[in-house]
Amino acid sequence: MEPLELAEILKKRFPGEVVDIVSHRGQVSVIVKRERILEILENLRDDPTALMNHLMDLCGVDYLGKKENRFEVVYNLYSIPLRHSLRVRALVPEDDPRISSVTSLWRGADWHERETYDLYGIVFEGHPDHRRILLPEDWEGYPLRKDYPLPGPKTEWHGYEEVKEFSKRLRKYDFSGSPGEA
Amino acid sequence: MEFVTTLIIILAVVAVVLLHVAYATYFERKVIGHMQVRMGPMRVGPHGLLQPIADFVKLFFKEDVVPAGVDRPVFYAAPIISLVASLSSLAAVPFARGLVIADINIGLLYIFAMSSVASYGVVLAGWASNSKYAFLGGLRSSAQVISYEIAMGLSLVGVMMSAGSLNLTDIVEAQKADFFGCYAIPQILGFFVFVVAMLAETNRTPFDLPECESELVAGYFTEYSGFRFALFMLAEYVGMVIMSTIAALCFLGGWHGPFDVPYIPNFWLLIKIYFMIFFYFWIRATLPRYRYDQLMRLGWKVLIPLALANIVVTGIVKTFIS
Amino acid sequence: MDTTRMKPVLEEEGELFTLQMGPQHPATHGVLKLDLELDGETVVRCRPVVGFLHRGVEKLAENMTYAQSMPLTDRLDYISAMANNVGHTVAVETLLGIEPPIRAKYIRTMVCEMSRISSHLLWLATHALDIGAMTVFLYCFREREWILDLFEELCGARLTTSYTRIGGVRQDVTGHFLESLLRFTDEFPEKVHEYETLIDTNRIWLDRTQGIGVLTAEEAVQLGLTGPSLRGSGVDYDIRKHRPYDAYPYLDFQVPLGTHGDVYDRYRCRMEEFHQSNHLIRQCIEKLPSGPILSEDAPDLVMDPRPKCVTADASLSAGLIKIIEERKHFMEGDVYVSTEVPKGELGFYFVSDGRGIPMRMHIRSPSYIHIGSLPALCEGGMISDVIANIGSLDVVLGECDR
Repeated sequence: MEPLELAEILKKRFPGEVVDIVSHRGQVSVIVKRERILEILENLRDDPTALMNHLMDLCGVDYLGKKENRFEVVYNLYSIPLRHSLRVRALVPEDDPRISSVTSLWRGADWHERETYDLYGIVFEGHPDHRRILLPEDWEGYPLRKDYPLPGPKTEWHGYEEVKEFSKRLRKYDFSGSPGEA
Repeated sequence: MEFVTTLIIILAVVAVVLLHVAYATYFERKVIGHMQVRMGPMRVGPHGLLQPIADFVKLFFKEDVVPAGVDRPVFYAAPIISLVASLSSLAAVPFARGLVIADINIGLLYIFAMSSVASYGVVLAGWASNSKYAFLGGLRSSAQVISYEIAMGLSLVGVMMSAGSLNLTDIVEAQKADFFGCYAIPQILGFFVFVVAMLAETNRTPFDLPECESELVAGYFTEYSGFRFALFMLAEYVGMVIMSTIAALCFLGGWHGPFDVPYIPNFWLLIKIYFMIFFYFWIRATLPRYRYDQLMRLGWKVLIPLALANIVVTGIVKTFIS
Repeated sequence: MDTTRMKPVLEEEGELFTLQMGPQHPATHGVLKLDLELDGETVVRCRPVVGFLHRGVEKLAENMTYAQSMPLTDRLDYISAMANNVGHTVAVETLLGIEPPIRAKYIRTMVCEMSRISSHLLWLATHALDIGAMTVFLYCFREREWILDLFEELCGARLTTSYTRIGGVRQDVTGHFLESLLRFTDEFPEKVHEYETLIDTNRIWLDRTQGIGVLTAEEAVQLGLTGPSLRGSGVDYDIRKHRPYDAYPYLDFQVPLGTHGDVYDRYRCRMEEFHQSNHLIRQCIEKLPSGPILSEDAPDLVMDPRPKCVTADASLSAGLIKIIEERKHFMEGDVYVSTEVPKGELGFYFVSDGRGIPMRMHIRSPSYIHIGSLPALCEGGMISDVIANIGSLDVVLGECDR
């Protein structure tokens, strides 16, 4: 089915949820509110006309200063049996960055959501293992946000002092030359 | 005076065997290298002939790292136990007619006992290292050696029954008197079980689980370095030489060959030993590695019944003929 | 520090034994770390830990032009850099609406398939080595060397190729290159047969791979597996057929499928892909059309985000001109374009705000999802199967951590 038709069907089914339908280079995005995202995606997955069984990609986008809702969570769906794709973009406001997790629909969404949380700070409610994934667990800030500076934060990583202390303790061992020289 | 002669013989045997071991590593690298379309060692000496010496010098002068938290006495003792037990087996092995340090009547049993003791070194190394990989490697090794020792012992029972002796010299002479000239043909089942068990006993591919590098890094000697590591390697290769020798003595007719070679009384024995060692390397270049449970299943469900069947068949045939 | 050192080897939490496998471990193919909880040799729980190689490629790309961010993709899956380059370029071309010339399409398809062969060779080498078959490793490297030499001849680099340009490719192929490649395709099927003689029907190999790490078709789709790892379970999903890009619609090839979804079927799928890729390369060489290799619309490498337009404006009196600072150079919008790289589906999600710099570049890397599915494969199996499973998914950590 053409993606535009799918989007229209979705709009009919969830009139209050679908905010806009955007098309670019033949790819169609449905922009939805975040409240019933789980229902919308479940409908897309199980509906026999859509049958979107493959979650190709899930990621966050930061529209700082460009849009009213700062964040978007983007779901790229594909139907392997019917060979059509559709993009669903859920709006997430800055002051309350949370959305329901879709791990109950696709187990593969697990790590995508953890990554989005890690880099954007968007909280996925109902996620079974909601931790940072790519960055250390004690990292501060969310690097892919637009207001996070490219060279990294000015402050030193707080574990740095600890490492320095540890290296001082190791100083009594000599790692380089023959014993007794250092 | 007799004591001094024995000492000289012992020294000579150990020296010759260690030389063989050193060049077995070279031989292995060359054989596997050529099987894998590469050259093997080429840099040290002509065609890399001095490579074993360079390896030895390197290992000898390497820093000996003892990780924190190891059980020191056991950690130090483990490689020595392995090597000493392996070398002790040499005492009962005849390298030519009459050339044996201790011509004892239960030579075969003694060699078994010593190869079991050698596995203590492996188990203790795994236990003392305070490393999980080494620990798993030690566990695997103990289970593996125990199960395959049974199969190996049983596979040789047929030989003992045929020869009527446990003395290795007698076994060789009995083969000369045999119709086929060697036990590999009448005892084909026993020979097969023995060869498989021999690979497992010396922890070689496809049974190199205790040290399998893909999952256990290096198995029981993960934490060893420098000379202690070299001792383990020595013990492994000495074990290989001994197993090859037993195979040559018990199944392939020992020092007897189709014709006599003047001045070299053990020419045929050496050829047979070298062939068996080559066989080890050939297997290593060809086969993947078994999984732990598959290895156990093979040992208990295939090899031991086969060996038992061999004993029964040998017994029946022997009764029937006599 | 001293207290942890003196801990006994067995941590007695029930009967479980925790093994931290990696990040420095010979069989984890890079810096993957697995927290394994073992009951004897059986894996009770497996938790992959990734991120040791995180370089922030997505953040870096948001501060570069599209053309500048292409070399970053070399460093994702460094084993098949060509395929990544093509994936990035196809996505950018879709976003900017640039159509590359047909010759460039064929060349790209050709190098893509070459990199598929080279990547699968490395996979087979390491997978076999993990299971203990050492000789296959060196045989595979012999042929891989040949392909890398060809890459060197084509673009001067063996691994980090950076070969494509937005709207085409950087250099044209030479006659000598095509000849060598043709000779390679002549000899390669025999070499594949040589690997197969070593392991394909080997009893030990079958014991180690058949019935191990089984995934049904539904489970595999649920987990988001793609590429040969998905097709081993019998799901017909190949982006080259489903959403064809470059020259794939004009070429003839089959998609090998497995049936059982175990390690062996995934292995067979990749072995068949050797033949298919070889066939594709031959077709590309035979059909290679002449013509330009770079589109006329191709933007220059700088992709200046703020070009200044000088125009005569009717509202002003004659002779006067108006300088407009044209910021918006391209169309606004977003696209998700994925390509079939050797590991699976490599997707790029671009959001453009009209400048020459992407507002957002998200990389959907197959290895990341594949590693995420490791617990589903490994739990309940033996510790040796963990190694076989990692090998059968064909993961690269550079791509996983980005």
